Amino acid sequence: MNLRVGTDDVRSQLRHPMKFARGLGSAKHGADHWWVQRVTAAALIVLGLWFLITVLSLLHADYASAKAAVAKPWNALLLILFVVTAFWHAVLGLQVVIEDYVHTRWKEVVLLVAIKFLAVLGALAGVLAVLRIALGV
Amino acid sequence: MADTQRPLSPHLQVYRWQIQMVTSILHRATGIALAVGTLLVVWGILALASGEAAFAQFKTCIGSPLGLILLLGWSWALSYHLCNGVRHLVQDAGAGYAIPQFVRSSWLSVIGSIVLTAIIWACVLAQGGAA
Repeated sequence: MNLRVGTDDVRSQLRHPMKFARGLGSAKHGADHWWVQRVTAAALIVLGLWFLITVLSLLHADYASAKAAVAKPWNALLLILFVVTAFWHAVLGLQVVIEDYVHTRWKEVVLLVAIKFLAVLGALAGVLAVLRIALGV
Repeated sequence: MADTQRPLSPHLQVYRWQIQMVTSILHRATGIALAVGTLLVVWGILALASGEAAFAQFKTCIGSPLGLILLLGWSWALSYHLCNGVRHLVQDAGAGYAIPQFVRSSWLSVIGSIVLTAIIWACVLAQGGAA
């Protein structure tokens, strides 16, 4: 373990070395949740703006042309990425909200599992639907 | 909500309202709203894959007065979560933590979200409205 306690200023002398988490910390996941939330956020800046512009461009499209637009390879790819990344980011965010505000353990666990089920269901439904449109099955 | 009777720390009601509190709370609230909105996106794609009738039904629902109100809300939620999300990423990189900068960037998020929402609906109106 790196103690990293300097002697050059009073504050660092008063800091206890235990301020640095050992191993991966008490949750055993390290900074993984925090990091993935940021990476998906960065991806969603681009994907979210692309989605907004695409929807606005298809505002008055009829069924056939909307379907043809989604079927284009780049649009299909980006739409799949958008749906998967959005659900992933949503689960990470909702997880923190639930952990912060739901203090009855069984309700907390039920909600945490429920949002994961819903997100996987939603993401898979979205991906399969885009594939069906893109591959014309 | 807790079933244990532990003392609670002072909560929001003891503080004077500040813009930084508003942006923080709104980020969570819009995040929750957008999580629900993602289901709407999936509904739209599923309808498009299911056939013309299902897609027409989807368009009727989101084009109804209630649908349009929800879409207005969701477009603002997306705009806000996007602007404030960028702000948080900048802060995560270690920048903008001085109090005046923090307050200024809070206002930028709020104003930016309103501007972006206005641009979105200007695009809709320029195409002759939503319905």
